[in-house]
Amino acid sequence: MQAYIARRLLALVPTLLFVSLIVFVSMRLIPGDVIDLMLAQNDIATGQDRARIEAALGLDQPVYVQYFAWLGSVATGDFGRSLWSNVPVTEQLLATMPITFELGFLALIVALTVALPIGVYSAVRQDTAGDYITRSFSLVMLAVPGFWLGTLVMVFPSVWWRWAPELEYTPFLEDPIRNLKHLIVPAILLGLSMSAVTMRMTRTMMLEVLRQDYIRTARAKGVGEALLILRHALRNGLIPVVTLIGLQAPLLIGGAVIFEQIFVVPGMGLLLLEAVFQRDYPVVSGVFLVAGASILLINLLVDLSYGWLDPKVRHQ
Amino acid sequence: MSEAVYTPVTASSSSFGGSRPALVAFTIRLVREKPLGAVGGAVFLVFLLCGIFADFLAPYGVNETNMAVRLQAPSWDFPLGTDHLGRDVLSRILMGAQLSMIVAFLAAGLATVVSLTIGVVSGYFGGKTDMVVQRGVDAWMTFPDLVLLIVIISVVGPGIVQIVVVLGLLYGIGGSRIVRGAVISVKENMYTHAAQSIGARTWHILIRHIVPNVMPVVIVLFTTRIGAVILTEAGLSFLGLGVPPPAPTWGSMLSGTGRTYMYLGAWLALAPGLCLTIVVYAINVYGDALRDLLDPRMRGSQ
Repeated sequence: MQAYIARRLLALVPTLLFVSLIVFVSMRLIPGDVIDLMLAQNDIATGQDRARIEAALGLDQPVYVQYFAWLGSVATGDFGRSLWSNVPVTEQLLATMPITFELGFLALIVALTVALPIGVYSAVRQDTAGDYITRSFSLVMLAVPGFWLGTLVMVFPSVWWRWAPELEYTPFLEDPIRNLKHLIVPAILLGLSMSAVTMRMTRTMMLEVLRQDYIRTARAKGVGEALLILRHALRNGLIPVVTLIGLQAPLLIGGAVIFEQIFVVPGMGLLLLEAVFQRDYPVVSGVFLVAGASILLINLLVDLSYGWLDPKVRHQ
Repeated sequence: MSEAVYTPVTASSSSFGGSRPALVAFTIRLVREKPLGAVGGAVFLVFLLCGIFADFLAPYGVNETNMAVRLQAPSWDFPLGTDHLGRDVLSRILMGAQLSMIVAFLAAGLATVVSLTIGVVSGYFGGKTDMVVQRGVDAWMTFPDLVLLIVIISVVGPGIVQIVVVLGLLYGIGGSRIVRGAVISVKENMYTHAAQSIGARTWHILIRHIVPNVMPVVIVLFTTRIGAVILTEAGLSFLGLGVPPPAPTWGSMLSGTGRTYMYLGAWLALAPGLCLTIVVYAINVYGDALRDLLDPRMRGSQ
């Protein structure tokens, strides 16, 4: 297993290099006048500052030197400083990352608690009214924009019942209850928007597994229906679903940007948006890279979890 | 999934875009076999027509402000009410449909061309070319769509052209996998080998043999991309990174200063979101039906 993990980590290196190249190139696309804009915004429009920012962005050196210098500092955890607040980007990332991950984790729990039972139900009761209703529901959920759901939750309860979701962030360690009260609404919405695809996938996979010979064998030897579905079918049907969760990680992080903005959650998404509007490029590239790297990591974890779910993988 | 052995499904598939009777026959088949998909297609067509004729249909000017009638609830004069500047919401929804459709068709079209180019090159030539291209595609697909878009738009600036190009590239590179899979199967077919052995030039094989036979996949890809582009563009507009104001995009109607007025006029929060949901739902069911009819092997893939 350890050798397998090591091999997987090694395979990440070329992709990570490509990822870093994309981040680097997109930052290089910043036209020169943006530096002027940054200077104007920061109210420090002297020639010296221009040289300082160019040096900070490393724009005064050949491109390949810039790339490797940048890669070297990024590899050691140094993303530079915010052009806006002069706080090290690493510090900002470390402060916001746990919040986004908490939101994503809660959303994932919501998505799975909604999608798995309904997906299994839909498969076991294939082509009944219940199956049609849940399938249509998931098709509609695929089309509803998350930011609209968020807007509705903000507006209508407040107009009808004078109730508004919490919009003030409290750190988890300070007051876990208030923290959860704030994050639970965006987590439910994000989770619901993810659950549609997961539900469809769970249903398809369960249908496939339920037709297998070993299910018929188990049924023939008198295994109870509940045990049959949970132990025999679900565990095997779950493998592609877990893959799908890995594939949905980008959606989760992308959705986090929207819901963090609506519900004022100070996570990486909000950090990214603020940095974008302030043209704070060291912060933008930091979040960009971390977002890409976390998705690679999530997919690695997903691959490793196959070993636990599916003994066949372990022995390969 | 898409790398399964692939053979063209319908004889009429290559003439799909060309002859009229084939199109009519196909539509009849769609209505008979996939009624929900046909309804979806019809609903989408209604929105498309609304977009095309928005200038004639809109009862008021799209940015015509009238403070005397601000925040009016829906009435006969203003079927969908007015916003905080007294602008008619229906007119803005119609013009929003136009913008959505323009962006959707251009970006989905560009995405299709990009997917086709990368997919055909990577799939047909294989080997090292394929290796390098696919690692690049891997890395590109690693980024969350929205994060990638936000970063690139922040660099190139907001605007309709930028949105189209960026969305086209984003979905084009992502979709190239599906085309590549289809190309890899098609190139193993006897007629491709035959063409190769009589010494046909590579570009001739690509244009005459490979591309027409992956067309069903490409058509389905284009359709599903339209829904995705509409949703993503709305999301960007919502975040203030889409087509800049005062252009009436559905996304931006739900964001910005308008948001604070929704507590006074809840109808402002309904129309744009409802339109988005309906249009995307419609094109998605249509796309699903199209996929089932044109290319059963793609069922279940994205």
